[in-house]
Amino acid sequence: MINFSYTIWILLIPFLMFIFLGLAGHKYFPKLSGVIGTTGLAIVTVLSYLTAYRYFFLSEKIEDAYQKITAFDSVWLQLTDKLHINIGILLDPISVMMLVVISTVSFMVHIYSLGYMKGEKGFERFFSFLSLFSFSMLGLVLATNIFQMYIFWELVGVSSYLLIGFYYQKPSAVRASKKAFIVTRFADFGFLIGILILSFNTKTFDFVTLTDPAGAAMAQGSRVAFLGLSVMTWSMIFVYLGGVGKSAMFPFHIWLPDAMEGPTPVSALIHAATMVVAGVYLVARMFPIYSLTAPIALNVVAYVGAFSSLFAAIIACTQTDIKRVLAYSTMSQIGYMMLALGVSGYGGHEGLGYMASMFHLFTHAMFKALLFLGAGAIIHAVHSNYMTEMGGLRKFLPITHATFLIACLTIAGIPPLSGFFSKDEILAAAFHHNKLLFAVEYAVAGLTAFYMFRLYFSIFWGKETHYHHTPHEAPATMTIPLIILAIGSVVTGFIPFNELVTSDGKAFETELELIVAIPSVLVGLLGIAIAYIMYRKETAIPDKLAATFRYSYKWAYNKFYIDEVYLFVTKKIIFRYISEPVAWFDRHIVDGTMNAIANVTQIVSFRIRAFQSGQIQKYAFVFVSGAIMLAILFIYLWK
Amino acid sequence: MNTGIPLQYFLILATVMFFAGVYGFLTRRNLITILMSVELILNSVNINFLAFNRYLYPHKLEGMFFSLFVIAVAASEAAVAIAIIINIYRRFTTINVEDVNEMKF
Repeated sequence: MINFSYTIWILLIPFLMFIFLGLAGHKYFPKLSGVIGTTGLAIVTVLSYLTAYRYFFLSEKIEDAYQKITAFDSVWLQLTDKLHINIGILLDPISVMMLVVISTVSFMVHIYSLGYMKGEKGFERFFSFLSLFSFSMLGLVLATNIFQMYIFWELVGVSSYLLIGFYYQKPSAVRASKKAFIVTRFADFGFLIGILILSFNTKTFDFVTLTDPAGAAMAQGSRVAFLGLSVMTWSMIFVYLGGVGKSAMFPFHIWLPDAMEGPTPVSALIHAATMVVAGVYLVARMFPIYSLTAPIALNVVAYVGAFSSLFAAIIACTQTDIKRVLAYSTMSQIGYMMLALGVSGYGGHEGLGYMASMFHLFTHAMFKALLFLGAGAIIHAVHSNYMTEMGGLRKFLPITHATFLIACLTIAGIPPLSGFFSKDEILAAAFHHNKLLFAVEYAVAGLTAFYMFRLYFSIFWGKETHYHHTPHEAPATMTIPLIILAIGSVVTGFIPFNELVTSDGKAFETELELIVAIPSVLVGLLGIAIAYIMYRKETAIPDKLAATFRYSYKWAYNKFYIDEVYLFVTKKIIFRYISEPVAWFDRHIVDGTMNAIANVTQIVSFRIRAFQSGQIQKYAFVFVSGAIMLAILFIYLWK
Repeated sequence: MNTGIPLQYFLILATVMFFAGVYGFLTRRNLITILMSVELILNSVNINFLAFNRYLYPHKLEGMFFSLFVIAVAASEAAVAIAIIINIYRRFTTINVEDVNEMKF
């Protein structure tokens, strides 16, 4: 056995950084804190790569399958003899893969932020929150049991809240952070219910026991519990609800576009590459349970994913804020991953969807972080979020332009970039399982290519815009991460995921299925071509199209009025018919009782306080009268 | 055995003294007079002690000793009370009990 006990430092370093920078940063190193935080993350990255290397290439396999290794485990909270919550580190293919994703992207974002956030107020606060986020996210993926995962799940939510609301003087940022926190928290309530149902029936929190194909969870079988669905199905649907919230799937997606109020590096790290894929990771982590005992829940995963991906792709075509376009694109791509998991089976080639989902998660983290960081560089140069105010930037920002183009080609699925391979695996998995979802994904692939290149052409080509001051290329701290991530987007497609990250840990053969791959490339090219015609030069076509499809355009532009539906439900229904009566009851009945008691006491006290006159002889008189009365009582009445 | 003054006479005297003391305590405004009334009450009790001792247990002396104790306590009480009265006088420049009424609502 290889010793993995050093992995505890992967968790401890960011945590110590958070405490150190949070407590001492402001006072002692307001300028240096960025470098300190980045150094910490560099160490974490090195450790993560080392772990990945040792896990994938040096550790023993049993029956050709990668084993789940518990590198560290300790009881954190002992409630009773049987009920205890552990904190530990579990290494298996997906958690090790996530280690690489998180540390890479986080490290790149740290370097990038050195340039992007330079001179901002709260520089050290920013880096301390970034460390907190890295710690929570790493803890989430390394969790040995579902309760540890839940704890870190909430911690990521908190750090996301803190970072979205980083510009806390801006009311819109404060609103966005509250919205993100409340919506995801609401969904996490479902997650908690799911955990409780699951653990109550299986008597364990531990992932290794839970996901063992011959374990306790499977023994529950398909015992019907409620409304014709089994216990496991219910618990898995509730658990998935948490994933829906965190991964911004329909209908809990409303927080993600607003979360773009945070600083752009944060959007790249949290709302594109790592935190929002936590839902996908969650389903992947519980995958044997989904696949073997709760196929209905797995179907829910697939359809919610497919619907979200189509829904978000349509909205993305109409938005003008570049970060919002990217946010909807993220939602769409995560829908892809969910769908891939949903159509997957367990073990061997059946698990193609599982592998494809993880593969896409990996490549998506690279190219989406790249897109966001590129968007950050553009915003940094132009001081605007709106692509209507941009155009012809390719001359001013050559490096950003090149890397952004690579990212757009990658997401559009053009070979031989990484997005092509991962997307192709997803399409292949869908092709073999569900033709309807397959068709949806084709449409989404075309839409993705279209809206990404709409973005690209509007920003870098399009009309010649006059800027107040000439935009200039970002400093090296910002361009170097862009270049590294661009290289990552190109080469990660060649990683043999089918040998490394599979549903049962065993390698299986995949081949490029031309019947799926060629049309998908053609659809992508078609999307690019349409975008080229419409946005390469300033034309009247987009406006004309918008005018022709006025109503559907308006619906998509206003995000299908989902936010308004939420507002209607909360304000007009929940607030008016539930909250207000409850508030009335509290104010008048509960408070009223207490106030009445206090008032009566006060009135009575006012009346009787005159007895306390300060005249000693009056007191003495009362005392003597009392004594005499008692005497009479005892002598004549007490027989 | 004892054919002298009957017990009732002592008790009547003590009762009259006691209520005279109580009356004085409740109606007099001068603190010194109030103190004197307290002495009257104590002495009426002493008379009771002595009279009962004499009539009920002529060969024992508990009642006598008790009244001696009461006298001692009354003397020390008078000393303390007069000290308090002097302090009150310094503070309020009066020893009228109605004017010393700061301890109220």
